[in-house]
Amino acid sequence: MNLPEHAPILAIAVPLLGAFALPLWAKLHRSLRDGWLALVAGATAALTALVAVQVYTTGIQVYTLGASFPADTVAPGGFPIRIILTVDALSAFMGLITALVAVVGFAYAWRYLAEDEGKTLALTLGTLLWAGMLGMAFTGDLFNLFVFFEVTSIAACGLVGYRTWASRGPEAAFKTMVMYTVGGLFVLLAVALLYGEYGALNLAYLARQIGGSLIDRIALALLLGGLLMKAGAVPLHMWAPDAYGEAPAQAVILLVANTQISLYALFRVLFTLYGGVPDPGVGWLVVALGTLTLLVAALMAVVQMDAGRLVAFGAVSQIGYMLLGVGVGLTAVAARPAYGLVAIQGGIFHMLNDAVAIGLLFLAVGAVERASGSRNLGTLGGLGHDLRWTTGFFLLGALALAGIPPLNGFASKLMIYQSSFLLSPILSALAILASILLLAVFVRAFQGAFLGPRLRKAEPVPVPMLVAMGVLALGVLALGLFPELVVRHLVAPAADALWTGRDLYLQAVLGR
Amino acid sequence: MSVVVKTIARILVPVILVFGGYVILHGHLTPGGGFQGGAVAASAVALLLVAFGAPAVKRLKAPFSVLEDLGGIAFVVLAFLGLGFTFFANSLAGMGGLFGAPVPTGPNAGILNSGGTVPLMNWAVGFKVLGGLGAVMVLFGLFGGDDDR
Repeated sequence: MNLPEHAPILAIAVPLLGAFALPLWAKLHRSLRDGWLALVAGATAALTALVAVQVYTTGIQVYTLGASFPADTVAPGGFPIRIILTVDALSAFMGLITALVAVVGFAYAWRYLAEDEGKTLALTLGTLLWAGMLGMAFTGDLFNLFVFFEVTSIAACGLVGYRTWASRGPEAAFKTMVMYTVGGLFVLLAVALLYGEYGALNLAYLARQIGGSLIDRIALALLLGGLLMKAGAVPLHMWAPDAYGEAPAQAVILLVANTQISLYALFRVLFTLYGGVPDPGVGWLVVALGTLTLLVAALMAVVQMDAGRLVAFGAVSQIGYMLLGVGVGLTAVAARPAYGLVAIQGGIFHMLNDAVAIGLLFLAVGAVERASGSRNLGTLGGLGHDLRWTTGFFLLGALALAGIPPLNGFASKLMIYQSSFLLSPILSALAILASILLLAVFVRAFQGAFLGPRLRKAEPVPVPMLVAMGVLALGVLALGLFPELVVRHLVAPAADALWTGRDLYLQAVLGR
Repeated sequence: MSVVVKTIARILVPVILVFGGYVILHGHLTPGGGFQGGAVAASAVALLLVAFGAPAVKRLKAPFSVLEDLGGIAFVVLAFLGLGFTFFANSLAGMGGLFGAPVPTGPNAGILNSGGTVPLMNWAVGFKVLGGLGAVMVLFGLFGGDDDR
């Protein structure tokens, strides 16, 4: 067996197998379960990194399931019929984000989750969610995209609602389930329309066939609606604050990565599947939704009194920045001016920065809740006396998310401001306004929870949780201090995959 | 439930299980397959639940959840068997014996041992569905209200 050749599918299959086996190990002994999870997570992260190294050095990697060899994409007759994984630089980049988030999340969960509060369940669903996210990132097949969309939906809803004893957990999970299911049905209907029209499901093959007919446009609208619902963009965001607020912290950062994977799928649809019929109107729609998302979510964050929901609205507003960045690129994709590429790079770089910074904030809020038993900013106060490290991590994450230099949020937001200014100055003005609002929100949250006199006793935070937060904090600093390196080596190839990589993507699968 | 229902259930449950097994076994030849057969077999659990009540099926919950896990593991492991070629490749097809030979072209009565890994995957899915749906129904019985009595 040739490991590098099989790495893309193994990155999906290993966490799947790991998730199925996890409850059985837990029945034997919990230390066996933890060892198995460490093994599975380590192997999956290594496989994802291997895929990324290969894709970044040698170009797009394809894998045909069930064929006699992996590159056997096209059946006799010149028609791709099998399940095909197509990993380009953007897919590999998303894979790396999920690997980072999952490994940090599991390390954090080791001491964060209580054994008698469904820890095995949470770890199993988390592993399954990871497998689904990698599947969505790596698949080159529209129907498989739907299948993995559903895998992530079910695992995510389970993670939101498994704490049935918490009063609002099941309610949040039900709301999320309804939104995800409606979104999933939209995607399924779009898949059915495209399959009925062209008789194929392979993304590359469909991309070559799509000519912009009325059915194509209806399918595009359905795909946009379904994927934006999953991504939690305004006005389809109402599930997100509930879900982020009710799920345990290590699951929330997986949910954040899950929204980003939905955005990835959206960008794949817009740039690769529909890249042959560019329509600036769609780009403007994405820009408008992005601007609306970042403004509305930032305004909603201002009035929150629950630290978890406050950070959750911050997370929703970051989705707006990614949509704005990539949307600006989409309006300009036909003429290809330089600012379009910068916008896409900014949007994609912001995915990584958001995963790191908002992940740090959610983990810090989880640590606060575990240490003091509350997340209510009205009753918290003075936690900085006891929780020194957590205080520092929260401040770092908050400043990074508000876009304060030299932290990582600034690096990507600056790229988005610059490029959206060239499209329309009002866009960058609104984006900066939302950042200022977020700064105000986080300053208030920081002041309310951590500063002032000691109001209540706080338990010490376990070391593994601090280490997990420390890794993300290092990421915030490193990405902020050396953005040039990251953009040149990681983000630029991923952005090129959207900007100019469509022909290469089609050639890699169809061979011509 | 009345003694009539209980007696009929005792007779029907084995028949339902056998029919579920039949649908799974012939999944690669006839309509149906792992999911359908597993769902048929799980309807036996529903019958048991209705006839004998939740306390009688309570102790099935743990075996069902183990069965579900094992079904999932078996499916993924069978897919791993193909890695000599690619993931999911049917590496057992045409091996002779239990896995049979390639089916000759033209009409035939349905040659059972011709599917390689496909029938085994059907069994894996069937057990997973039986375990999953069975566990769900046992949980319904355990946590559901008694209002409709």
